[in-house]
Amino acid sequence: MTEFTPKIVAFVCNWCAYGGADNAGSQKLEYPAAVKLIRVMCSGRVEPEMVMQAFRQGADGVMVLGCHPGDCHYRNGNMKALRRFRLFSRLLAQFGIHQDRFVFDWVAASEGKKFQTVATRLAAAVQKLGPLSLTGYVRQGEPS
Amino acid sequence: MKRKSSRAAKAAKISKPALRRTKTRKYAPRAKTAAAPKPKVAFYWCSSCGGCEEAVVDLEENILEVTAAVDIVFWPCALDFKTEDVRALPDQSLAVAFINGAVRTSEQEEMVKLLRAKSQLVIAFGACAVQGGIPSLANLKDKESIITRAYREAESVVNPKGTLPQENTTLHGESLTIPRFYETVYTLADVIPVDYYLPGCPPTRSLLEDALHAILGNRLPARGAVLAPNHSLCKTCERNATKPDRLMIQDLKRIHQVAADPESCFLAQGLLCLGPATRDGCGQACIKANMPCTGCFGPLSHFDQGAKMLSALAGIFQAEGETAADHFAASVVDPAGTFYRYGVAASLLGGRRKERSHG
Repeated sequence: MTEFTPKIVAFVCNWCAYGGADNAGSQKLEYPAAVKLIRVMCSGRVEPEMVMQAFRQGADGVMVLGCHPGDCHYRNGNMKALRRFRLFSRLLAQFGIHQDRFVFDWVAASEGKKFQTVATRLAAAVQKLGPLSLTGYVRQGEPS
Repeated sequence: MKRKSSRAAKAAKISKPALRRTKTRKYAPRAKTAAAPKPKVAFYWCSSCGGCEEAVVDLEENILEVTAAVDIVFWPCALDFKTEDVRALPDQSLAVAFINGAVRTSEQEEMVKLLRAKSQLVIAFGACAVQGGIPSLANLKDKESIITRAYREAESVVNPKGTLPQENTTLHGESLTIPRFYETVYTLADVIPVDYYLPGCPPTRSLLEDALHAILGNRLPARGAVLAPNHSLCKTCERNATKPDRLMIQDLKRIHQVAADPESCFLAQGLLCLGPATRDGCGQACIKANMPCTGCFGPLSHFDQGAKMLSALAGIFQAEGETAADHFAASVVDPAGTFYRYGVAASLLGGRRKERSHG
């Protein structure tokens, strides 16, 4: 069996978390190459539908990273995101997606180290869980 | 007040005129000769409750107009025709088959494939056929736990030997085969190509009448269309006028905890109403009965109903901070059952999406 390399999608906000990832780079802090960044203007802009699409299209883990409470460039977009994704995590569990596959966290533009920690932790958790089996609910051998 | 009622009349555009029309409309015979055959129609049910059959019966005296215009050749719920009668028909000889219910068993799959072959048009009738409906909530569980619950654990079950239904049974030298119970619940379109969709739990009388008129009058939209308006319920909701400019919820309440105000927006009252993420066309039967929308008409085109509603609800909740966010998340008791009550099988995450090794 070939070794499993997890695919991880990270939605990062333009003002803080993207800066954090950039900061990690400029400090030469290594984080897993499996993490693919998608820059958005605000974590409040990330709809649960986007995270679902990421899982559906092959991501084994997804993280949404925004500014710390009080630091949102748009005042409270990060708090909307927090409420959304706390509820969304419970929904994911009902659909049989392990809670460790999804992370919502705060990363400031100066927190390269924290970005590295969060990304590495998620990658390790997903590595342990193995690939997400999302071939669709239509099973082989049943109606085609 | 006047403005409001004209708005409501506009809202009822799809229903009221349709009802009136049916009183006077007479269909021209399809061909000039008196012996010309009428178009043949079939109704079938899969995993459903029978409510969609009720919706047909609810046509009341108008059903006479329908039967005057068409021949119903198959309707297991109401008429004594057999599967063999359908098999004997030439392919494509039915003008239209209305199929309600989700597909869960091998028998249902066989029947809908048979009806597909015999019909020029197949219409997914009702929430279960369109999006999986209530039966597809079962996709949140696996087959084994459903069978065990139903035949061993349910409070009403007496089964000391723990017998479970088997596909094949031999008793006194006779063998009995029953349809296979699939791992998952499917929407109709997962199993066969579907031409049109009539959503709702059940579809309303006026939607059904409009669909029949469109079929008989050859005025159907492009194939694949949902035969209901593509805007959200809120657009025509009479309570929309009471919605504050900036909708905010301090605390989410459940319907049994409060006496809901009969005129103001449910969301503004802190009651979860799926109107914003749900397609219009139901005639707002629930809203008029002072019950918030639970989403049976499914989403508008091209979005995921549950994801959108979850997103909207979290957006209008006011409390800030981590503790408040947790309180909010906990206040939705059953997120999947609330946001996808009628549509797990059609949702983005699909339902039967279990971790390979970690449940």
